[in-house]
Amino acid sequence: MATTADTFQAHHEEHHHDADHKPGFFARWFMSTNHKDIGTLYLIFAIMAGIIGGAISGIMRQELAQPGIQVLGSVAAWLNGGTVDMDQALHTWNVLITAHGLIMVFFMVMPAMIGGFGNWFVPLMIGAPDMAFPRMNNISFWLTAAGFVSLMASTFVPGGTGLGAGTGWTVYAPLSTSGSPGPAVDFAIFSLHLAGAASIMGAINFITTIFNMRAPGMTLHKMPLFVWSVLVTAFLLLLALPVLAAAITMLLTDRNFGTTFFDQAGGGDPVLYQHLFWFFGHPEVYIMILPGFGMVSQIVATFSRKPVFGYLGMAYAMVAIGVVGFVVWAHHMYTVGMNVNTKMYFTAATMVIAVPTGIKIFSWIATMWGGSLEFKSPMVWSLGFIFLFTVGGVTGVVLANGGIDDNLHDTYYVVAHFHYVLSMGAVFALFAGFYYWFPKMSGKMHSEFLAHLHFWVFFVGVNIIFFPMHFLGMNGMPRRYPDYTPAFSYWNEIATVGYWIMAGSMLIFFANLIYAFVAGRKAAPNYWGEGATTLEWSLTSPPPYHQFETLPVIEEHHDYHDHIADSPAKA
Amino acid sequence: MASRPLDSRNRRTGIIALLAAVAMLGMGYAAVPLYRLFCQVTGFGGTTQRATDGQAASAAEIARSAGTRTISVRFDANTTRDVPWDFRPLQVTDTVAIGERDMAVFVAKNNSDVPVTGSATFNVTPVQTGAYFNKIQCFCFTEQTLQPGQEVRMPVIYYVDPKILDDENARDVEQITLSYTFHKLEKQGS
Repeated sequence: MATTADTFQAHHEEHHHDADHKPGFFARWFMSTNHKDIGTLYLIFAIMAGIIGGAISGIMRQELAQPGIQVLGSVAAWLNGGTVDMDQALHTWNVLITAHGLIMVFFMVMPAMIGGFGNWFVPLMIGAPDMAFPRMNNISFWLTAAGFVSLMASTFVPGGTGLGAGTGWTVYAPLSTSGSPGPAVDFAIFSLHLAGAASIMGAINFITTIFNMRAPGMTLHKMPLFVWSVLVTAFLLLLALPVLAAAITMLLTDRNFGTTFFDQAGGGDPVLYQHLFWFFGHPEVYIMILPGFGMVSQIVATFSRKPVFGYLGMAYAMVAIGVVGFVVWAHHMYTVGMNVNTKMYFTAATMVIAVPTGIKIFSWIATMWGGSLEFKSPMVWSLGFIFLFTVGGVTGVVLANGGIDDNLHDTYYVVAHFHYVLSMGAVFALFAGFYYWFPKMSGKMHSEFLAHLHFWVFFVGVNIIFFPMHFLGMNGMPRRYPDYTPAFSYWNEIATVGYWIMAGSMLIFFANLIYAFVAGRKAAPNYWGEGATTLEWSLTSPPPYHQFETLPVIEEHHDYHDHIADSPAKA
Repeated sequence: MASRPLDSRNRRTGIIALLAAVAMLGMGYAAVPLYRLFCQVTGFGGTTQRATDGQAASAAEIARSAGTRTISVRFDANTTRDVPWDFRPLQVTDTVAIGERDMAVFVAKNNSDVPVTGSATFNVTPVQTGAYFNKIQCFCFTEQTLQPGQEVRMPVIYYVDPKILDDENARDVEQITLSYTFHKLEKQGS
């Protein structure tokens, strides 16, 4: 080992441009400071968390397939290691919805979008050798992993009625304070602290990298839209997550040290927790979707062989979404007791967000208009994203109305809405980005056939799961319950069928991964052809371990969004 | 800027970003007193107002000169599960002229054989009337200790501000419910 390292070291000194010197396995993957390795770790982590979160949703869908309690008893018995009574079984339901929500938000979507693709491609796209603070990057990843461990641990310690934290991902007081004795909720809160600290550090890292480390000539207005999206996301993280940290720290002291921030007996107010949570929570939903916007912009431009339509409008639409996203939080809490004027303000402010979002949707369509379209797998996932995210956006405009929300609040209509924008919006963007960049990251081509098959089966599956939930919600089926009146059984059974179709599509995804690593063709530097113009396509696939030791220079006429053919002919 | 080395620029940007995060953490905590203040000032969420005798007198004066209508006030009394008291209003509703002061009496009796100290929280619904419901004297601001078997009568002197008639969101309200909940206070000074 030492001799090998020495040889490499000598080698390195002699040939200063050797960019492929890699440390040994442990140092490379556990002490990693390389943005590409950390990105890979984040992606692997997100896939594993996604499997667990997805399996939990399978249990929930199976329970909801029919009215009455079916599988919950045995799941609770397995979790508690013995026989359980009905209350414990019902508590297990709360534990499952809590874990599903927290895992998917904090340990699947965020690590994949920001930690995974952000780490991998922000430095590549701006022509930087690495992130600004590579060691902090490493801390971010391992804090996220530790947070996940803490959340998993919470499932196996007492949380009041049974094992695990059954508070919902929102951790509302007083259920999360006086309503949940036992250490489970403390573990869950600690998990959020760790994941939050990791994300704040990641945000600082991205902001610094994007502001200071762009290649010469890469002005802010020449940055690829994915980098713009990560920049806006990083600001949202930086300003929103500390508020969550404050709120859950107050929960922790309310629980353990006798403070009464949210306990009205001591002069506190549980509604204050909801305000603080949603002041974080609403920007959080944009944190989950903005990097997806960025990826879809890259992909649509690539496969239309056109510069993206309205580049500046696209960039500042994201900024506008980020800014307005901070002043709409109370639309999550229309039913706490709010006067008409307050509801009117939050309704109007929420609807305003549809304007920049509409600018983005129409600009994607305009990008495709007249383009030389190629329906490769990233493109079909992006088209799926645009369609399904719009469906979720339309129900969002419905729910934005304070008056309508009185009726639909906490029903399956809301569940349908946020799964259309997240489980379809964010996840379709993730798969689009994955198929777009997987050969770049691994150096191996995936199977386009399997990727298309994955798309169609997944598309059918998720729509069968979530579209009927609109009907259930409009008919008044409340969320967060394992049982329902038999009147709701028809669409619930269909939704559960949809789940298994979706689960089947995930097998295709993993088969495709195995195929790529075992038999995948070697990927060329720019395997998508001339539509792909950003800097990562100027590097090999996979890129060298250390790239851009000589910084690339972005010429005056070459905007990232310029089609190469549009550039002045080289002499 | 550009002349400074990258490391030092990165450190500077990183520290500014970190300060922004710390400031938002502080804002999170600052929200606690600010929220309380906001509710007290605006009557948000049905937070009632406190008034002095002088204010009450001038409100009554205004009301008399304007010749206002009456409004019904309903009283509601609750205890949390750990307070072994019988707590109820003597009268379920009162009909008062807007602007006129009125007294309502609540009765609390300690049914247990140990002294219990409680303090009451309160608000009114509909929530938009909080800004106009003024209490001149109230047991809610002090803690109450009841000896075993002891019964006390607790008066509330209040008036409804005539300004309620100028508020388009509140002027059609015909009944205001004033609700109290007694919470147990743990022994002080322990």
